[in-house]
Amino acid sequence: MLPGFKLTLGFTLFYLSLIVLIPLSALIFKTFSISWDQFITAVTSERVVASYKLTFGASLIAALVNAVFGLLIAWVLVRYDFFGKKIIDALIDLPFALPTAVAGISLTALLTSNGWVGQYTEKLGVQLAFNPNGIVIALIFIGLPFVVRTVQPVLEDAEKELEEAATCLGATRIQTFTRVIFPSIAPALLTGFAMAFARAIGEYGSVIFIAGNMPLVSEITPLIIIGKLEQFDYAGATSVAVVLLAFSFMMLLTINALQTWQRKLTGAAL
Amino acid sequence: MSSPNQNMRSKAETTESPIVRLLLIGVALVFLFLFLVLPLATVFSEALSKGFTTYLNALGEPDALSAIKLTLVTAVIAVPLNLIFGVAAAWCIAKYEFRGKSLLTTLIDLPFSVSPVVAGLIYVLIFGAQGWFGSWFEEHGIKIIFAIPGIILATIFVTFPFIARELIPLMQAQGSEEEQAAIVLGASGWQTFRYVTLPNIKWGLIYGVILCNARAMGEFGAVSVVSGHIRGETNTMPLQVEILYNEYQSVAAFAVASLLALLALVTLAIKSAFEWKHSREMKKLADLPPERPY
Repeated sequence: MLPGFKLTLGFTLFYLSLIVLIPLSALIFKTFSISWDQFITAVTSERVVASYKLTFGASLIAALVNAVFGLLIAWVLVRYDFFGKKIIDALIDLPFALPTAVAGISLTALLTSNGWVGQYTEKLGVQLAFNPNGIVIALIFIGLPFVVRTVQPVLEDAEKELEEAATCLGATRIQTFTRVIFPSIAPALLTGFAMAFARAIGEYGSVIFIAGNMPLVSEITPLIIIGKLEQFDYAGATSVAVVLLAFSFMMLLTINALQTWQRKLTGAAL
Repeated sequence: MSSPNQNMRSKAETTESPIVRLLLIGVALVFLFLFLVLPLATVFSEALSKGFTTYLNALGEPDALSAIKLTLVTAVIAVPLNLIFGVAAAWCIAKYEFRGKSLLTTLIDLPFSVSPVVAGLIYVLIFGAQGWFGSWFEEHGIKIIFAIPGIILATIFVTFPFIARELIPLMQAQGSEEEQAAIVLGASGWQTFRYVTLPNIKWGLIYGVILCNARAMGEFGAVSVVSGHIRGETNTMPLQVEILYNEYQSVAAFAVASLLALLALVTLAIKSAFEWKHSREMKKLADLPPERPY
């Protein structure tokens, strides 16, 4: 038996409680001090409900775009060789490494009417900044690495023999992809999708610069919390935060279940 | 089907035709160019749009310097604390079996799924003027919210899992045979860690620290809630970027942002170097003959 079990477990639990568990429980306890009516009023007011719709809708669209392009990028990186592949592979993690505020202002500068991209889309009559379009674009940026990085290792480990067998048995390439390859990476793709979605729901820094932040139109739920805090409405801020937190827990459980499913699939294939 | 055709087909059986391949690569590259390369290029182009001297002057502003200093101080405190935690958590999770282990692992990941704004809010609820301990701290003249301690706490929270989650799978994969051998040979617990475990996890450790540091220096949402935005006092670099940007000082905002973007690029470079080294070591292990002569 190695020494240090009690020491390390003790410190782990102590630090975890101090930094994460006790502060999070403060949020729960604060909720109990709010009356039910107060809570319902806070989380169902018109402005807050509009922010849920916007946040969930934009996050869902962004996560779907990420699922499609993330799969495509992972596929291209694993299966093909081309010039500059290593640099591109390294660049995929940029949204993880780049501070969200930096991403926010640079996407805004890019998409406003005199930006590199915005000036052309404006001519086509499409405004990308300061409305929900901008929010979706920022959330696509933030969520991209999740899908690529969960699908990529599974694709790398996929056995070529199965594909060869499918082709020998007369399947076309598209049939092989939809019937053989896709089912084996589906849980990883779903995991990446769920991670990107969960991250997008809570995202703040990259969105607020580009959103325009108009109440009822382009105001995201995390910004509602900030707004209530600035007016010292702690009960209201806590109520909305609890809704977001409940959603985070649900997503955490879903992602854990999806990862177990993927492990079972790859385990069974070996 | 004639036989040359048959040959071509067997060659192509696990890949796509060149046209499809080119098309897929093209679409992927265009997407990445639009969503990753352009935003990154924008940061530097905007920062330097009024020339290099203006850029340097913007970085030399006292408020910018104090923001840089506060960001460094925050990272210097938050990262080592999370490093100690990460090593301790990985040691007890990877080397022992106990009840509730998977729950513990899930709880460690928890800060990743909490919105940064909510992370800031929980510290306001505890230490704010109306919070649990707020009045006690106020009586003793200690300011936590709208002051530096709050910024550091919020940063520790959002970067909490980074190092632990790099080390746990790594140490689990390595098992504990080498440590057992060291103990049997009479090494103390600390010696075993220092001379056996640490060299093995060195790269994962550096990797985790780099990622943790990047997030610690770049955190915006959580820090924004607890900072109070006092110029020259409680503004970290990302908050300084926000203030300058909202004051239409675009060049200055992008100048500070460019430092953070450089940090991100360095982080990615070190990460790639680590992964390259790691895969080479794995390959070396795989190339060894199955029965190793000891």
